[in-house]
Amino acid sequence: MECILTSAEWFLNWGRASSIWYLLFGSACCGIELMQTGGPRTDLDRFGAVPRATPRQADLMIVAGTITYKMAERLRLLYEQMAEPRYVIAMGSCANCGGLFQRSYAVLKGVDKVIPVDLYIPGCAPRPEALADAIVKLQQRMRQEKWLRTVRAPQP
Amino acid sequence: MSGPLADRLRAQFPEAVTGPEQKGVPEAVQVAVGALPEVCRFCRDDSELDLQALSCLSGVDYPDRIELVYHLISYRRKHELVLKVRLDRDRPQAPTVAEVWKAANWHERECFDLLGVTFAGHPDLRRLLLPDDWVGYPLRKDYAPPTEYHGMSHHRADPLRPVAPEVHAGGEVPRAR
Repeated sequence: MECILTSAEWFLNWGRASSIWYLLFGSACCGIELMQTGGPRTDLDRFGAVPRATPRQADLMIVAGTITYKMAERLRLLYEQMAEPRYVIAMGSCANCGGLFQRSYAVLKGVDKVIPVDLYIPGCAPRPEALADAIVKLQQRMRQEKWLRTVRAPQP
Repeated sequence: MSGPLADRLRAQFPEAVTGPEQKGVPEAVQVAVGALPEVCRFCRDDSELDLQALSCLSGVDYPDRIELVYHLISYRRKHELVLKVRLDRDRPQAPTVAEVWKAANWHERECFDLLGVTFAGHPDLRRLLLPDDWVGYPLRKDYAPPTEYHGMSHHRADPLRPVAPEVHAGGEVPRAR
């Protein structure tokens, strides 16, 4: 039984890690680096990661840019529309902690105040290599998950 | 001190228009708040002034007053004129010029949003940038930022200098050293 579950898990995780579809959430200048990462030089497509324009088809949300309080509510709404299992990468200083605009009255001090974050990428803005590295780290994490043997709490 | 545009405007409205107080380009005149729509319409329609565009509408928060600054441009004649209007700081209210220049519509909404100036007769006076239920006007000098918005806390601990959150409940984020 253990052997079958492990093999099935390996197969499921391999499939998930090789097809990380990410939601486009570029809200500031980090979005430019996000586009650059999808471009031919870094080429995020080789990890099976392709951009999606709708949260319902996305596995990963890359929050690239400053989030204001007005946008934070939309961010939470989009995150809740994503299907499980879902992951979040906070890209850049602004998404991590408010960054350069931390002392502004209207800027959210880090997206982890609104949604759970799996990976933080420091930088202002992070280079495409950093984002590609984050995708690789996320793949490593996905390959070790045990979804079939996890008892999950009911959703509220 | 005074230039041809200011002279022309002052000759037409000797009661409402004064200045300019300082030498400068563009010429800047003071306009009485009551005569503002009339003066603006004249600026747009007069063939000599011919200021057909409102390029910028700003609000300035001074200790004793709130001042509106209208930058007007004539593309045909290639000159500029600035109108300044002084408002009461406690209850800043001005007549709208949205029907004189369409551009004034959103400029006035922004000014209402960030400085709290109400524009009487504006077709759609709502906040432009901030959420509709935001409290206060952030560009006022005495504005105190909120401690939270819809359950999202304004506080973030400084990892280099841990301080208890209640110390800066006033929304002050400590600086990293």
